[in-house]
Amino acid sequence: MWFQQVLFFIAGAGALAGALGVVMLRNPFYSVLALVAHLIALAVLFLLLYAEFLAVGQVVVYAGAVMVLYLFVVAYIGGADEPLGPEHGALRTLGPLFAAALGIELCIAFIASGLSALDSRGAELEPGFGSPGGIGQLLLTRFLVAFEAASFLLLLAAVGAIVLARRRRGLEEEGPTVGPPRDRGPAASETETLEVRV
Amino acid sequence: MDVIWFLVLSAFIFVIGAAGVLTRRNPLVVLLCLELMLNAGNLALIAFSRMHGNEAGQVFALIVMVIAACEVVIGLGIIVAMYRNRLPIDVDEMSELRG
Repeated sequence: MWFQQVLFFIAGAGALAGALGVVMLRNPFYSVLALVAHLIALAVLFLLLYAEFLAVGQVVVYAGAVMVLYLFVVAYIGGADEPLGPEHGALRTLGPLFAAALGIELCIAFIASGLSALDSRGAELEPGFGSPGGIGQLLLTRFLVAFEAASFLLLLAAVGAIVLARRRRGLEEEGPTVGPPRDRGPAASETETLEVRV
Repeated sequence: MDVIWFLVLSAFIFVIGAAGVLTRRNPLVVLLCLELMLNAGNLALIAFSRMHGNEAGQVFALIVMVIAACEVVIGLGIIVAMYRNRLPIDVDEMSELRG
């Protein structure tokens, strides 16, 4: 048992540190890397809760695929530090205030022992709890509608992303160029001016 | 291992994520903080699933991960579209959705 507790505190400290890193670091690139560390620590916590399939899914899907997508977008946009523009008075002060209020509210909920009513030991587990087989059986029997709805939602999201991110070439070439030329580096802008001359 | 510790940790992660959503201005970092909040919810769901010895909570967490993936795809698509249209990458400047 003591091994589980040591592992919980190490992984919990890692998860908290990763979460703080996401919020505190100024460069979005480092924020993404902090989130990767947070997700891996969270996968260890899932293992402690006997959710083996979800822990593997967390590492493969989240820390692998989704975070690579984030890194691509950060690299594409150019992960500059957060601009220090003009401060918007009300928003700047109200944001941290609401965050602190939420934290205090949750601390009150702990201290006022809303949690002590819970059976903290946990139920007796059957062998094979949280295995891919058990979860797959639940997904295809009891939660079949949610499973199908989730797959349909993924399809919608993929189509939506294509619609959002495509280049609107056909519209631009018909009329006169509207707006400033796009910033694609010196080489690209040279070829563009050549095209215009031709 | 007490399940309560997991719930307390999940609440702390949720508060950190909410603070990030409320205070940061870069939409990429706001999306990352949304991920933090969703993951805190996942941790609480799995902790309750362990407490009751019922696998349904883990299925809920799986569905939440799917929703998070969809949200990431759409959010990053919007950010890339903002960059293409040379709009400022700043949630305080973006106050309207007019294409």
